[in-house]
Amino acid sequence: MASLISDIEPPTSTTTDLVRRKKRSSVSSAASSSTTAGSVSSESHARWRSEKQQRIYSAKLIQALQQVRLNSSAATSSSPTAQKRGKAVREAADRALAVSARGRTLWSRAILANRIKLKFRKQKRPRRTTKIPSITTVVNSSNRSRKRRVSVLRLNKKSIPDVNRKVRVLGRLVPGCGKQSVPVILEEATDYIQALEMQVRAMNSLVQLLSSYGSAPPPI
Amino acid sequence: MSNRRSRQSSSAPRISDDQMIDLVTKLRQILPEIGQRRRSDKVSASKVLQETCNYIRNLNREVNNLSERLSQLLESVDEDSPEAAVIRSLLM
Repeated sequence: MASLISDIEPPTSTTTDLVRRKKRSSVSSAASSSTTAGSVSSESHARWRSEKQQRIYSAKLIQALQQVRLNSSAATSSSPTAQKRGKAVREAADRALAVSARGRTLWSRAILANRIKLKFRKQKRPRRTTKIPSITTVVNSSNRSRKRRVSVLRLNKKSIPDVNRKVRVLGRLVPGCGKQSVPVILEEATDYIQALEMQVRAMNSLVQLLSSYGSAPPPI
Repeated sequence: MSNRRSRQSSSAPRISDDQMIDLVTKLRQILPEIGQRRRSDKVSASKVLQETCNYIRNLNREVNNLSERLSQLLESVDEDSPEAAVIRSLLM
């Protein structure tokens, strides 16, 4: 509990850590090209597993959750179901996770970019419903083009080698890596898995903290 | 557009086997130990990738469950109680 309160301190220390990490990565890249990938991944390996990173993430998560609480309490007209609230929390947690990645990975940038895209799409939807007669023609042409696109995609989707097919599936699981090359997908997946593990650990400790507060009766 | 896609498909043979092996071994190290019974090179890349996909799906599911629990806890704490005051100070 005390560790969470002390989270607000670290911003200065994180910047010095980042400077040290950048110096380390530059030194290792000067050594040889083959070890750069290893150094970056071992860096990320240590980064997501460190307690400091978890504390930083927890602090950001708490801030994001507070905003979610404010939004949900403000929008009392819309009946938020449990699923919607859970999704809002998940999105806030993912956003905090993506920010903690410091923009060095594809998946984190994709998470942050998708939220902006979703906001724009939600604004565009009510405009489309007014133009009903023109939509049917648009849908037909898009269906035809979709069929053409699907057939081309199947040819190029490397369906013959089994490994490549699984890499494609993996690419769809990691956000933002649907159309990337194989080594990019694998590297992003390693970082994404470690980040997810840290997210699970942080959210677990937060849930324990909140539930312990909820269960303990206030002293009268 | 089709040119780009054909370039993507031809980029597959450009990836060296050593690079592939490196990345796959890194994935293996990250995966939980249940999938790491054989430490030799005989574990196929296909199996490692399958384990990776399953692991990511499991993690996603766990995060979803945790976020649901968190949302319930946050809702239940919305009262004027000393606990809420403490949590508000934390959430500052």
